[in-house]
Amino acid sequence: MTQTFMNWGMTHEWAWFTATIAGILLIALPLMLAVAMIIYADRKIWAAMALRRGPNVVGPFGLLQSFADGLKVFLQETIVPSASNKGLFLIAPIITFTVALAAWAVIPFNSGAVLSDINVGLLYILAISSLGVYGVVVSGWASNSKYPFFSAMRAAAQMISYEVSIGFILICVVLWAGTFNMNGIIEAQRGHGFGIVNGFFFNLLLFPMWVMFLISSLAETARAPFDLTEAESELVAGYQTEYSSMSFALFWLGEYANVLLMCALNAILFFGGWLPPLNIDLIPWFDVPGWIWLFAKILFFFFVFSWIKATVPRFRYDQLMRLGWKVFLPLSLAFVVIVSGYLMFTRYG
Amino acid sequence: MDLIQYLPILIFLGIALGLSGLFVFLPMGVARLTGAHNPHADKLSEYECGFPAFEDPRSQFDVRFYLIAILFIVFDLEAAFLFPWAVSLDLTGWPGWITMMVFLFELTVGLAYAWKKGALEWE
Repeated sequence: MTQTFMNWGMTHEWAWFTATIAGILLIALPLMLAVAMIIYADRKIWAAMALRRGPNVVGPFGLLQSFADGLKVFLQETIVPSASNKGLFLIAPIITFTVALAAWAVIPFNSGAVLSDINVGLLYILAISSLGVYGVVVSGWASNSKYPFFSAMRAAAQMISYEVSIGFILICVVLWAGTFNMNGIIEAQRGHGFGIVNGFFFNLLLFPMWVMFLISSLAETARAPFDLTEAESELVAGYQTEYSSMSFALFWLGEYANVLLMCALNAILFFGGWLPPLNIDLIPWFDVPGWIWLFAKILFFFFVFSWIKATVPRFRYDQLMRLGWKVFLPLSLAFVVIVSGYLMFTRYG
Repeated sequence: MDLIQYLPILIFLGIALGLSGLFVFLPMGVARLTGAHNPHADKLSEYECGFPAFEDPRSQFDVRFYLIAILFIVFDLEAAFLFPWAVSLDLTGWPGWITMMVFLFELTVGLAYAWKKGALEWE
């Protein structure tokens, strides 16, 4: 993109700066639009599985429902409870949303179409998504109210528990790809299954890792069946209880942006990201652009997330912790040993 | 190692921070203009199911949350050691692999100990 702006007569520095800003806006604004539409899609899918109609009044097929909701919360009063720590109370949604946006800086949308092609992309995502815990904990603490506090404690424990196994799962992927670079990981999946199909999904050793990663990403984003942080029968609305207006909406936006990020990670790490599913040139004169494949995979995973939300009952907290620490952690540890041992014998030994 | 690659991330972080700050503080201003801003003592009190809250929310809470946090630090640090090893498997070869396996074994002993002590139990 820098080259385009240089052709328009800018100096190299200014062209780089303009291209960077344009790239950031090209990621952030469509992402927010996508989050609005994905909330609508979530409600529609959920409604369809319960044989309801879902939102269908605002705009054609209710497509503008999220924007109407957004306008409504925007015009509402921001209530800052008198007992709360006011500064922290307002900072918490800012942290949540900033972190949810910033993680997208290293997601590759096509070969070369990435804002910042750093060599430790996956590590950056792991670090940024860990920071998301702070938004939740700070909101629960600053609210100075019983239910948000309990919810924040639960959310923090749940997120860090599953982060451990996610870390080990990512190590298995990185071992196989040999790099942390997101584009490198995608390229390593080209023709991975018999030279025909793209994606670590078709690897017998990494397939169980994908199953665990999918379940862990549900727990990490506190989606059903692991949405214990906002179990309405126990904790009202969880850590968002005391929030109103746009600060409430920011938690929603951040949450759904994180869900989309996890869907994107599922697609990138195990399903070949922007690569087409098959490594065969079916139509020789026409290539489907990479970002269409990536978006299709993200949408597919989002549908899976909604599907699970609509069909699976909520876990109990002790079951959640047992699954994280007693099943996923030993299993993922064992797979680090197995995968690295296999690679030592076959590739490096 | 090219630090210029990280500059877009920093700019992105700034823009995201500005955007979310705008989202939080702009509606507060708008609400004052439209008259939606109308604070009231009962409205500003903390949430409770229909009666005044009678307990300080920042009282004692379950110690197991601390245990989870401590265990998290141990295993996340372990993962932090594994990351550089995972991308240099071709350089470190068998000695590196065996060393890492010894390290993993020691941590597995730690996990088994925590398990046996009941630190992972949520009855």
